[in-house]
Amino acid sequence: MEAFLASPIGVLIITVLQTLAMLVPLLIAVAYMTYAERKIMAAMQMRVGPNMVGPLGLLQPFADAAKMLLKETIIPSGANRALFILGPVLTFILAMIAWAVIPVNEGWAIADINVGILYLFAISSLGVYGIIIAGWASNSKYAFLGALRSAAQMVSYEVSMGFVIVTVLLCVGSLNLTEIVLAQKTVWFFIPLFPMFIIFFISTLAETNRPPFDLAEGESELVAGFMVEYSSMTYALFFLGEYANMFLMSAMTTTLFLGGWLPPMDIAPFNWLPGPIWFILKVCLCMFTFVWVRATFPRYRYDQLMRLGWKVFLPFSLVWLVLTAAVLKLAGWLPA
Amino acid sequence: MIAALAFYIFAAILIASAVMVVTSRNPVHSVLFLILAFFNASALFLMAGAEFLAMILVIVYVGAVAVLFLFVVMMLDIDFAQLRQGFQRYAPLGAVIGAILFLELLFVYGSWQFAPDAATLRMNAVPADPTVTNTEALGRLVYTDYIYLFQISGLILLVAMIGAIVLTLRDKPANSKRQDIGTQIARAEAVPLAKVPAGAGLGTLGIIRRKLPEPPKPKAVAQDDHGHGGHHGGHH
Repeated sequence: MEAFLASPIGVLIITVLQTLAMLVPLLIAVAYMTYAERKIMAAMQMRVGPNMVGPLGLLQPFADAAKMLLKETIIPSGANRALFILGPVLTFILAMIAWAVIPVNEGWAIADINVGILYLFAISSLGVYGIIIAGWASNSKYAFLGALRSAAQMVSYEVSMGFVIVTVLLCVGSLNLTEIVLAQKTVWFFIPLFPMFIIFFISTLAETNRPPFDLAEGESELVAGFMVEYSSMTYALFFLGEYANMFLMSAMTTTLFLGGWLPPMDIAPFNWLPGPIWFILKVCLCMFTFVWVRATFPRYRYDQLMRLGWKVFLPFSLVWLVLTAAVLKLAGWLPA
Repeated sequence: MIAALAFYIFAAILIASAVMVVTSRNPVHSVLFLILAFFNASALFLMAGAEFLAMILVIVYVGAVAVLFLFVVMMLDIDFAQLRQGFQRYAPLGAVIGAILFLELLFVYGSWQFAPDAATLRMNAVPADPTVTNTEALGRLVYTDYIYLFQISGLILLVAMIGAIVLTLRDKPANSKRQDIGTQIARAEAVPLAKVPAGAGLGTLGIIRRKLPEPPKPKAVAQDDHGHGGHHGGHH
């Protein structure tokens, strides 16, 4: 048995099983996130929310999925067929493959690679391609405008996100996600790096095209932006990709700032809960904040969005990066 | 065996997509093939054990540079018939320039000398000490051993950046309207934020709404128009 598991086929089987163990709960979580979002927003707006399909409306996500599957896939006659299909597929794939490196517990990452955080950053910076390809291939003005907005927005916010990540890396001394979490045993990084935590969270909102930065699909001006021509499964892939991306960004925030799978304190009532539960709880907290922000804030105007990215976040994160480096050096806290 | 196979697959796709970058008719397809080429190059880096370079290639070139390429190319309105028009006329000139460049490359290659320790350095592509990660070894090389060269290249890029900004900077026309968030928030007559008790209204809080300018008086309508009757209760 041991020998079989070590053979290439055994390794392949184990990897496939690990991947399924990661992706199936993720997709179920995505399905129920759509339900949770509608319920939370309903509560905040004094409505009931979905309550017809199943008890408390709990089967609503499956009803939605069945509806999406059964509808007709429409490809506009002027569209570039191959790229039109490639756009949503790319969005969905990118939202899935990033999970390979997320450590849910110590040693529970599918691939615990040395440059884990760079891998995450690379994958999240590719997310813009699904949108920009979809916008261009649709051959529609609204879709194209949405895609252009999204491209400019994501490139702008990635810069400050990069600086935030570098600041965290300075405190850790490693690019490995497991080590980033383990470095937070004494204190979670959101306390010493609080402003960077806020900047990172707002940048993740912009990176996932969520309100108040959802100009790429701003329904009041662009109908549905880059997905205006998409229907049925192609639309569903965008939808799933967007929510999986939100989960990914929440997992990234959790890993970088909220101590990953670590309990708040390593004392009795807290360390009864196993690590993965803590991880899921923290991710859920971030997800709730995503919805909370959506229910609270009006959409940014485009020039204000750009100014926030380039003129506020970029200089601020750069200064904070230099400050962090100086403090670490002068206090002798630089990791070896 | 599998590694060799993977190498040849990545290398073949890399070369094929590089050829497609030059030959494909649609510039957007060209950029997408360029991105595919970057990905395969990154995979080759990974196979060589240069994980840091592989990730940086994806982040910098695919995640930022190619996005801007695509951004520009998508907005260009290219007339292909016009592009192909002068091909016959310019082909000889292009061929001559290409030939000259090729000859120059040949000369350079003819007088090429390898550094005496190049062969041994190439063998040490992966750090000799297995506890030091690739990233750390690269960092030591760039930021410790060759820090001055690194700083100089940074300065050169800075000069280029300032040059580009100076070339494109235009003064905004004097009458252009700009938003200044500071003054906007500091206005005395700004709308205040009030927590209104349910059912009591704003009056109880002592906040009086800013006086709105008088709406223009509706013109006397000769005929009663049923279309917008509901809003002007006084007329009925």
